[in-house]
Amino acid sequence: MAEVRAEMVANVWKVVVNEGDTVEDGDTLVILESMKMEIPVIAEDSGTVASLKVAEGDVIQEGDLIAVIE
Amino acid sequence: MFESVLVANRGEIARRVIRTVRALGVKAIAVYSEADADLPYVAEADEAVLIGPAQPAKSYLDVDAVMEAARRTNARAVHPGYGFLAENAAFARRVADDGLTWIGPPVEAIAAMGDKISARNLMEKAGVPVAAGTREPVPDADAAVAAGIGYPVMVKAAGGGGGIGMSVAYDEAELRKAFETARTRAERFFGNPDILLERFIERARHVEIQILGLADGTVVALGERDCSVQRRHQKVVEETPSTGVGPELRSRMLAAAVRAGEAVGYRGAGTVECLVDPAAQEFVFLEMNTRLQVEHPVTELVTGIDLVEQQLLVAAGEPVTFTEVEPRGHAIEFRVYAEDPKRFLPSPGDITVWEEPSGDVVRVDSGYQAGNKVTPFYDPLLAKLCVYGADRSQALATAREAVAAFRVEGPKTNLPFFTELLDNPEFVSGDYDTGLVDRMRA
Repeated sequence: MAEVRAEMVANVWKVVVNEGDTVEDGDTLVILESMKMEIPVIAEDSGTVASLKVAEGDVIQEGDLIAVIE
Repeated sequence: MFESVLVANRGEIARRVIRTVRALGVKAIAVYSEADADLPYVAEADEAVLIGPAQPAKSYLDVDAVMEAARRTNARAVHPGYGFLAENAAFARRVADDGLTWIGPPVEAIAAMGDKISARNLMEKAGVPVAAGTREPVPDADAAVAAGIGYPVMVKAAGGGGGIGMSVAYDEAELRKAFETARTRAERFFGNPDILLERFIERARHVEIQILGLADGTVVALGERDCSVQRRHQKVVEETPSTGVGPELRSRMLAAAVRAGEAVGYRGAGTVECLVDPAAQEFVFLEMNTRLQVEHPVTELVTGIDLVEQQLLVAAGEPVTFTEVEPRGHAIEFRVYAEDPKRFLPSPGDITVWEEPSGDVVRVDSGYQAGNKVTPFYDPLLAKLCVYGADRSQALATAREAVAAFRVEGPKTNLPFFTELLDNPEFVSGDYDTGLVDRMRA
């Protein structure tokens, strides 16, 4: 199980995957936006998206849980 | 001169404009979002109006909210700064329709230059050299390939700015991908899906000319700025004079910039951006920015001319303060961003320590102070560190001291990158191009 957490304060611009999706190492899970820049959040393991904790438009803080990959 | 000016912006540029407005004895009115209530520019204005929540669309980009603030404070003129509504022709028109003076160029000039395709075609007609490229919007990826511009090719959003939506493709596969990315971003950021292609010049320098259209209709050029130190197609360091432009090329570029301004009946401060091939001493037109530029201080440092003051005078129909433009010495600006110095990723946060360098040959235009919060809602520019020297080597020496003396704690900043840059042989030699930062990070 791998937890994917936010590296910085950001707005969630796009949620690319759904819970239950199969993802590969390197796939984009969500795209964050901070300071007029898009920052893709990437899966660092292959597996299934067990849970997705953010929705488009959310403001998230550094360290907040974005998704869990199993 | 007007009795009062509303500054429709935030952060360092609002503060910088307010400084000159007040020095001229004019009342300065600030507007701010809920996220910016504690920033220095709000306190330094004579009056300040809360215009909405943090999201730009609900505050700084909300034309009705800004104009309501102007009405309530009885503002007589509006200075848009850069970014936000500065190049929005509809906003400029609204300001005039509401009976206020727009401190900027005529609406027609903003509209003509706001679309990169029409600007490019107009400049070609005015005798300004342009890069090989498309003259009509490119409808889809197939058409982009069929246009046959050759490789490498730059894909751009016609309504774009700030480097957003721009990318370089070296083959057909990259071009198709770049086209789709540019289209998505063009729609999202600029509300204009049109895409253009231009032949990409490798090892080019990005050099721009500052122009000023006077109240009597003449256009003058105030020298160039070299903006070749870029990351993600966005400027990080600017200097004047350019080390890549010889006297003969300089005079051709200044003359072309004046022609560009005259072709659109330009008034006020504007910038003609060009790409320069330093080996061939040739240039092509990139775009025209119909507003004050972030990096205007380097021109002010070498000419002794306050550009914001000239903007106000021109808008008020009065003569400018200078007769001759005689640049002296060398000036460099470093954009201090809230971002990590390795990957240049945004780093918002609370500022716990803020200590600026000072001195006769150091100028800091900052938007923040200790105790402020840097939020993710706006661009990462914290401050502009500008240095002056009798020549470039003196300016570099001052820059090294000033960068070392600038202390910011809380958000990460790119100050350590400047230490690295000031030690980089390419940059120090002056023989660099827009690929410099990528090479430093490769």
